[in-house]
Amino acid sequence: MKPALSVVFFTVSSGAGLGLAVWLLLAQLAGRVDASHRTFWVAAALAAVLLTAGLLSSTRHLANPRNAWRAFSRFRTSWLSREGVFAVALYPLAALHLWASATGSRLAVATGVATIALALVVVLSTAMIYACLKTVPRWRTWHTPVAYLLYALASGALLWNAIARSGGVAPPDATALVVLLLAAGAVKAGWHAKFSNRVHATLNQALGVPETAPAGRVQGRVRLLDAGHTHGTFLTNEFGFELARERAATLRNATFALTVAAPLALLWFGAAGAWAAAIAMLTGLLVERWLFFARAEHVVRLYHGQRSV
Amino acid sequence: MKRLGLVIDVDACVGCHACATACKEWNGRSLMAGGAPDYQPQGPEPSGVWFNRIRHYEAGEYPDSRTLNVPMSCMHCEDADCVTVCPTGASYKRAEDGIVLVDPEKCMGCNYCAWACPYGARELDENEGVMRKCTLCVDRIYDTALPEAERQPACVLACPAHARHFGDLDDPGSKVSTLVRERDGAPLLPELGYRPVNRYLPPRAAPEVPAPKDAAPRGTLQARLASMVNRLIRL
Repeated sequence: MKPALSVVFFTVSSGAGLGLAVWLLLAQLAGRVDASHRTFWVAAALAAVLLTAGLLSSTRHLANPRNAWRAFSRFRTSWLSREGVFAVALYPLAALHLWASATGSRLAVATGVATIALALVVVLSTAMIYACLKTVPRWRTWHTPVAYLLYALASGALLWNAIARSGGVAPPDATALVVLLLAAGAVKAGWHAKFSNRVHATLNQALGVPETAPAGRVQGRVRLLDAGHTHGTFLTNEFGFELARERAATLRNATFALTVAAPLALLWFGAAGAWAAAIAMLTGLLVERWLFFARAEHVVRLYHGQRSV
Repeated sequence: MKRLGLVIDVDACVGCHACATACKEWNGRSLMAGGAPDYQPQGPEPSGVWFNRIRHYEAGEYPDSRTLNVPMSCMHCEDADCVTVCPTGASYKRAEDGIVLVDPEKCMGCNYCAWACPYGARELDENEGVMRKCTLCVDRIYDTALPEAERQPACVLACPAHARHFGDLDDPGSKVSTLVRERDGAPLLPELGYRPVNRYLPPRAAPEVPAPKDAAPRGTLQARLASMVNRLIRL
């Protein structure tokens, strides 16, 4: 799949914003921070900026954004529609929670828990946009939603850690951070290992031609003679993205260096280290998300001559 | 309830692309399809939107090989994911005849339906920013102003090899259903579970070519003399 930068940025930025919101609200529910702290508002503002920037970026992917408002209408069947509805519903709920927190209302516990739940549902919906596609076997796996959730929580945790340390608020438990970073890295490593050599469908299968069959039936390995066009098409542009094996390996290593090794090393050096860890994670996530698209192979590639996907 | 679709005879298709050009000609001007634009058709990088594409393959190794010409357009699936994933409701499947269509007034050009289609049946119109696809010539097949024989998709009418057939696959007595039954017509990629309506009639195998034997029998004296002379001439 073509890695569209608008979508890569959308998933990373909104994921980090939602993760940050979850950690901020958990800290608030645990009594570590409240609305009288300036830090509370700094974190809330950063979460809102990241989520909003992500959502705005996603609309840049649309060829006809005038009709974007209609995207809320197919909530019952489309994960893309659900993602939009949940993300937009989060704003009034979060605003209600901020109002309840600022006024010291007892409602703040209920709205806090609801906001956490809805934020996680938004992340899950984003992941399911990709995980529900039968046409992209490398996305249609439990790794997709689990990795999206873990990376949103991990990047949000590192951001909250940096904000909390800078603002003199008790930072999140270091053990939780380490476990989260390692878990996200392990799921992603599992995904890379699972799909490095796996064959889901072949060109023979796509055309219904058996490699060996009883005499009288057309059989044997199929190869493309001519795709029927002299230049690229919408299909080759959207689904024909080729990633060199060597480049994929380099980028994969960069992902793990930036999202696992670097944060683990930098976490222990105070507020400056915490910010560096968060920035390393967000940079690494941009690479990770780019790879998530670049490595995904759509079955229509078979009809364009690829042996298998 | 009708289940309209195409039956494509891969045994008969000669790969001439007449169906694709006829499709462009009809749908390029069709209000229903909304157009199928070309991008710099005479330029260095010609491209454009096609609702039907023909690809050419070879199965097996020479001399026991067979060329396969495979036209592909929308399969008007019964479980069409392109419709269910569409967030705006622009993609829809008609209850009365099963034709899958896009309403360009509602489409926001997110490409998600094209991602959900394994057959490459949907292409974005970059000029208008909306998705385009085969309409099964819905603006021909019901047009009572046309003679009855012409109330068929443009691709079917254009095919010089009669490799394309149009009809109701839900009616066991229809011509298309009979063809599918008699010729073992099959859908493409049924394992994905979209239940495509279009069927492909598989190619018949050519008679097997006997493999050349390793040691040719020694010929007559005359033949051996002739071959010796031939060799001398070649020197």
